[in-house]
Amino acid sequence: MADRVINGMKIEFMAKSVNESFARAAVACFAAQADPSVAVIADLKTVVSEAVTNSIVHGYSGVEDKSLCPIYIQCRLFESGRLVIRIKDRGRGIEDIETAMQPLFTTDLDGERSGMGFTVMKSFTDGIKVHSRLGKGTTVTLEKRLDRK
Amino acid sequence: MEIRSEKNEGKTVAYIYGEIDHHNARLAREKLDKIIEHDRPISFYLDLSSVSFCDSSGLGLVMGRLRKCNTVGCTLTVQNPSGAAMKILEIAGMDRIIRIEKGE
Ligand SMILES: Nc1ncnc2c1ncn2[C@@H]1O[C@H](COP(=O)(O)OP(=O)(O)OP(=O)(O)O)[C@@H](O)[C@H]1O
Ligand SMILES: [Mg+2]
Repeated sequence: MADRVINGMKIEFMAKSVNESFARAAVACFAAQADPSVAVIADLKTVVSEAVTNSIVHGYSGVEDKSLCPIYIQCRLFESGRLVIRIKDRGRGIEDIETAMQPLFTTDLDGERSGMGFTVMKSFTDGIKVHSRLGKGTTVTLEKRLDRK
Repeated sequence: MEIRSEKNEGKTVAYIYGEIDHHNARLAREKLDKIIEHDRPISFYLDLSSVSFCDSSGLGLVMGRLRKCNTVGCTLTVQNPSGAAMKILEIAGMDRIIRIEKGE
Protein backbone atom coordinates (compact mmCIF):
# COMPACT_ATOMS: atom_id res chain seq x y z
CA MET A 1 0.00 0.00 0.00
CA ALA A 2 1.29 3.45 -0.87
CA ASP A 3 2.50 5.62 1.97
CA ARG A 4 0.57 8.88 1.94
CA VAL A 5 2.11 12.31 2.62
CA ILE A 6 0.19 13.86 5.52
CA ASN A 7 2.13 17.10 5.91
CA GLY A 8 4.96 19.01 4.29
CA MET A 9 7.02 22.20 4.46
CA LYS A 10 9.68 24.05 2.47
CA ILE A 11 12.15 26.72 3.50
CA GLU A 12 14.84 28.64 1.67
CA PHE A 13 17.63 30.65 3.30
CA MET A 14 21.02 32.15 2.56
CA ALA A 15 24.15 30.04 3.04
CA LYS A 16 25.34 31.85 6.14
CA SER A 17 26.71 29.87 9.07
CA VAL A 18 24.41 31.68 11.50
CA ASN A 19 21.53 29.88 9.72
CA GLU A 20 22.81 26.43 10.71
CA SER A 21 21.02 26.63 14.06
CA PHE A 22 17.92 28.11 12.37
CA ALA A 23 17.76 25.19 9.92
CA ARG A 24 18.05 22.43 12.50
CA ALA A 25 15.55 24.13 14.82
CA ALA A 26 13.04 24.55 11.96
CA VAL A 27 13.17 20.86 11.02
CA ALA A 28 13.00 19.78 14.68
CA CYS A 29 9.94 22.01 15.15
CA PHE A 30 8.21 20.53 12.12
CA ALA A 31 9.00 16.98 13.26
CA ALA A 32 7.65 17.64 16.77
CA GLN A 33 4.03 17.22 15.57
CA ALA A 34 4.68 13.47 15.22
CA ASP A 35 5.70 13.35 18.88
CA PRO A 36 9.10 11.69 18.38
CA SER A 37 11.43 10.83 21.26
CA VAL A 38 14.01 13.31 22.52
CA ALA A 39 16.74 11.09 21.04
CA VAL A 40 15.14 11.17 17.58
CA ILE A 41 14.86 14.97 17.70
CA ALA A 42 18.53 15.19 18.69
CA ASP A 43 19.53 12.97 15.74
CA LEU A 44 17.45 15.07 13.33
CA LYS A 45 19.12 18.28 14.50
CA THR A 46 22.55 16.76 14.03
CA VAL A 47 21.98 15.45 10.50
CA VAL A 48 20.36 18.68 9.28
CA SER A 49 23.29 20.60 10.71
CA GLU A 50 25.72 18.30 8.86
CA ALA A 51 24.08 18.70 5.46
CA VAL A 52 23.54 22.46 5.77
CA THR A 53 27.10 22.99 6.98
CA ASN A 54 28.38 21.03 3.98
CA SER A 55 26.44 23.27 1.60
CA ILE A 56 27.88 26.36 3.26
CA VAL A 57 31.47 25.13 3.71
CA HIS A 58 31.93 23.07 0.54
CA GLY A 59 29.06 23.79 -1.86
CA TYR A 60 29.40 27.55 -1.80
CA SER A 61 33.06 27.86 -0.80
CA GLY A 62 34.67 30.90 -2.38
CA VAL A 63 31.40 32.68 -3.21
CA GLU A 64 31.54 36.08 -1.51
CA ASP A 65 27.97 37.24 -2.13
CA LYS A 66 25.82 34.94 -0.01
CA SER A 67 22.62 36.34 -1.49
CA LEU A 68 23.55 34.22 -4.52
CA CYS A 69 23.81 31.11 -2.33
CA PRO A 70 20.40 29.60 -1.55
CA ILE A 71 19.87 26.49 0.54
CA TYR A 72 16.52 24.72 0.23
CA ILE A 73 15.02 22.33 2.75
CA GLN A 74 11.91 20.30 2.07
CA CYS A 75 10.29 18.03 4.65
CA ARG A 76 7.58 15.49 3.98
CA LEU A 77 5.88 13.58 6.76
CA PHE A 78 4.29 10.28 5.78
CA GLU A 79 1.34 8.45 7.29
CA SER A 80 3.66 5.61 8.32
CA GLY A 81 5.66 7.99 10.54
CA ARG A 82 8.58 8.46 8.14
CA LEU A 83 10.06 11.92 7.76
CA VAL A 84 11.88 12.60 4.49
CA ILE A 85 14.14 15.65 4.50
CA ARG A 86 15.69 17.01 1.31
CA ILE A 87 18.52 19.52 1.63
CA LYS A 88 19.67 21.12 -1.58
CA ASP A 89 22.24 23.67 -2.74
CA ARG A 90 23.19 25.12 -6.12
CA GLY A 91 26.90 25.01 -5.34
CA ARG A 92 29.98 23.42 -6.87
CA GLY A 93 28.80 19.80 -6.62
CA ILE A 94 30.67 16.66 -5.63
CA GLU A 95 33.03 14.99 -8.09
CA ASP A 96 32.99 11.49 -6.63
CA ILE A 97 30.14 10.85 -4.20
CA GLU A 98 31.31 7.38 -3.13
CA THR A 99 34.72 8.70 -2.11
CA ALA A 100 33.21 11.78 -0.44
CA MET A 101 31.08 9.53 1.75
CA GLN A 102 34.02 7.51 3.10
CA PRO A 103 34.77 8.12 6.79
CA LEU A 104 37.58 10.67 7.32
CA PHE A 105 37.53 11.84 3.69
CA THR A 106 37.63 15.63 3.45
CA THR A 107 38.70 18.13 0.82
CA ASP A 108 38.96 20.89 3.41
CA LEU A 109 42.46 20.57 4.84
CA ASP A 110 42.85 23.90 6.62
CA GLY A 111 39.44 24.25 8.22
CA GLU A 112 39.74 21.62 11.00
CA ARG A 113 37.19 19.34 9.37
CA SER A 114 37.17 15.69 10.34
CA GLY A 115 35.58 14.17 7.24
CA MET A 116 32.89 12.52 9.35
CA GLY A 117 29.77 14.44 8.25
CA PHE A 118 28.40 11.81 5.86
CA THR A 119 29.24 9.02 8.33
CA VAL A 120 27.23 10.84 11.00
CA MET A 121 24.32 11.38 8.56
CA LYS A 122 24.37 7.69 7.64
CA SER A 123 24.42 6.37 11.18
CA PHE A 124 21.88 8.84 12.62
CA THR A 125 19.17 8.19 9.98
CA ASP A 126 17.30 5.26 8.42
CA GLY A 127 18.44 6.17 4.91
CA ILE A 128 20.51 8.66 2.93
CA LYS A 129 20.69 9.43 -0.77
CA VAL A 130 23.10 11.91 -2.34
CA HIS A 131 22.66 13.37 -5.77
CA SER A 132 25.18 15.81 -7.19
CA ARG A 133 26.26 17.40 -10.44
CA LEU A 134 29.49 19.32 -10.85
CA GLY A 135 28.84 23.02 -11.18
CA LYS A 136 25.10 22.49 -10.58
CA GLY A 137 24.71 21.54 -6.95
CA THR A 138 24.07 18.83 -4.43
CA THR A 139 20.93 17.29 -2.95
CA VAL A 140 21.02 15.14 0.18
CA THR A 141 17.86 13.19 1.02
CA LEU A 142 17.57 11.84 4.54
CA GLU A 143 14.93 9.55 5.94
CA LYS A 144 14.09 9.04 9.60
CA ARG A 145 11.35 7.11 11.37
CA LEU A 146 9.67 9.34 13.93
CA ASP A 147 7.30 6.80 15.45
CA ARG A 148 8.28 5.12 18.71
CA LYS A 149 8.24 1.52 17.45
CA MET B 1 28.19 28.92 23.14
CA GLU B 2 30.36 30.10 25.99
CA ILE B 3 33.74 29.07 27.35
CA ARG B 4 35.14 29.44 30.85
CA SER B 5 38.37 28.06 32.22
CA GLU B 6 40.09 27.54 35.52
CA LYS B 7 43.76 26.93 36.20
CA ASN B 8 45.13 25.00 39.13
CA GLU B 9 48.92 24.55 39.09
CA GLY B 10 49.74 22.51 35.97
CA LYS B 11 46.12 21.69 35.18
CA THR B 12 43.71 23.81 33.19
CA VAL B 13 40.05 22.89 32.72
CA ALA B 14 38.08 24.63 29.95
CA TYR B 15 34.28 24.33 30.10
CA ILE B 16 32.23 24.61 26.93
CA TYR B 17 28.58 25.59 27.42
CA GLY B 18 25.89 25.34 24.75
CA GLU B 19 25.99 24.30 21.10
CA ILE B 20 29.07 23.37 19.07
CA ASP B 21 28.47 23.69 15.34
CA HIS B 22 30.46 25.09 12.43
CA HIS B 23 29.20 28.61 13.15
CA ASN B 24 30.67 28.83 16.63
CA ALA B 25 33.50 26.30 16.36
CA ARG B 26 35.83 28.97 15.04
CA LEU B 27 35.36 31.22 18.04
CA ALA B 28 35.71 28.21 20.34
CA ARG B 29 38.96 27.28 18.63
CA GLU B 30 40.39 30.78 19.06
CA LYS B 31 39.37 30.99 22.72
CA LEU B 32 40.69 27.54 23.60
CA ASP B 33 44.02 28.12 21.87
CA LYS B 34 44.38 31.42 23.71
CA ILE B 35 43.75 29.65 27.03
CA ILE B 36 46.29 26.91 26.20
CA GLU B 37 48.91 29.46 25.14
CA HIS B 38 48.30 31.68 28.17
CA ASP B 39 48.18 28.93 30.82
CA ARG B 40 50.77 26.60 29.29
CA PRO B 41 49.36 23.69 31.34
CA ILE B 42 50.89 20.24 31.71
CA SER B 43 47.44 18.73 31.38
CA PHE B 44 44.56 20.38 29.54
CA TYR B 45 41.00 19.23 30.25
CA LEU B 46 38.10 19.95 27.94
CA ASP B 47 34.87 19.68 29.93
CA LEU B 48 31.95 18.87 27.59
CA SER B 49 29.33 18.18 30.27
CA SER B 50 27.28 21.26 29.30
CA VAL B 51 27.36 20.75 25.53
CA SER B 52 23.72 20.64 24.40
CA PHE B 53 24.43 20.06 20.71
CA CYS B 54 27.47 18.76 18.84
CA ASP B 55 27.98 17.81 15.19
CA SER B 56 31.11 16.86 13.25
CA SER B 57 32.41 20.43 13.65
CA GLY B 58 32.80 19.52 17.33
CA LEU B 59 34.91 16.54 16.32
CA GLY B 60 37.11 18.83 14.27
CA LEU B 61 37.38 21.15 17.26
CA VAL B 62 38.49 18.36 19.61
CA MET B 63 40.92 16.82 17.09
CA GLY B 64 42.36 20.26 16.41
CA ARG B 65 42.94 20.84 20.14
CA LEU B 66 44.64 17.46 20.36
CA ARG B 67 47.07 18.65 17.69
CA LYS B 68 47.49 21.96 19.51
CA CYS B 69 48.23 20.18 22.80
CA ASN B 70 50.74 17.91 21.08
CA THR B 71 52.48 20.97 19.63
CA VAL B 72 52.84 22.76 22.96
CA GLY B 73 53.62 19.54 24.83
CA CYS B 74 50.61 19.02 27.12
CA THR B 75 48.10 16.19 27.42
CA LEU B 76 44.44 16.51 26.37
CA THR B 77 41.60 14.87 28.28
CA VAL B 78 37.90 15.19 27.46
CA GLN B 79 35.95 15.37 30.71
CA ASN B 80 32.36 14.26 31.34
CA PRO B 81 31.04 14.51 27.77
CA SER B 82 27.27 15.06 27.59
CA GLY B 83 25.12 12.54 25.72
CA ALA B 84 25.18 14.75 22.62
CA ALA B 85 28.97 15.05 22.67
CA MET B 86 29.62 11.39 23.49
CA LYS B 87 27.45 10.08 20.66
CA ILE B 88 29.51 11.98 18.11
CA LEU B 89 32.84 11.03 19.72
CA GLU B 90 31.87 7.36 19.65
CA ILE B 91 30.78 7.34 16.02
CA ALA B 92 34.10 8.70 14.94
CA GLY B 93 35.94 6.17 17.10
CA MET B 94 37.53 9.12 18.84
CA ASP B 95 36.86 7.57 22.20
CA ARG B 96 39.79 5.29 21.25
CA ILE B 97 42.14 8.11 20.21
CA ILE B 98 41.46 10.64 22.94
CA ARG B 99 41.49 10.16 26.68
CA ILE B 100 37.98 10.52 28.06
CA GLU B 101 37.29 10.78 31.79
CA LYS B 102 33.78 10.37 33.20
CA GLY B 103 32.40 10.96 36.67
CA GLU B 104 33.84 13.04 39.46
N1 LIG C 1 27.10 20.18 -0.49
C1 LIG C 1 28.35 19.85 -0.89
N2 LIG C 1 28.89 20.46 -1.98
C2 LIG C 1 30.14 20.15 -2.40
N3 LIG C 1 30.94 19.22 -1.81
C3 LIG C 1 30.45 18.56 -0.74
C4 LIG C 1 29.14 18.85 -0.22
N4 LIG C 1 28.93 18.03 0.84
C5 LIG C 1 30.04 17.31 0.98
N5 LIG C 1 30.97 17.60 0.04
C6 LIG C 1 32.30 16.96 -0.12
O1 LIG C 1 32.30 15.73 0.58
C7 LIG C 1 33.36 15.71 1.54
C8 LIG C 1 32.97 14.92 2.76
O2 LIG C 1 31.90 15.55 3.47
P1 LIG C 1 31.74 15.24 5.04
O3 LIG C 1 30.64 16.05 5.58
O4 LIG C 1 31.68 13.76 5.24
O5 LIG C 1 33.13 15.72 5.66
P2 LIG C 1 33.65 17.23 5.84
O6 LIG C 1 32.54 18.19 5.67
O7 LIG C 1 34.83 17.41 4.97
O8 LIG C 1 34.12 17.22 7.37
P3 LIG C 1 33.15 17.30 8.66
O9 LIG C 1 31.74 17.12 8.18
O10 LIG C 1 33.57 16.16 9.52
O11 LIG C 1 33.38 18.61 9.28
C9 LIG C 1 33.69 17.17 1.80
O12 LIG C 1 35.00 17.37 2.27
C10 LIG C 1 33.44 17.79 0.42
O13 LIG C 1 34.54 17.59 -0.42
MG1 LIG D 1 30.72 17.95 6.65
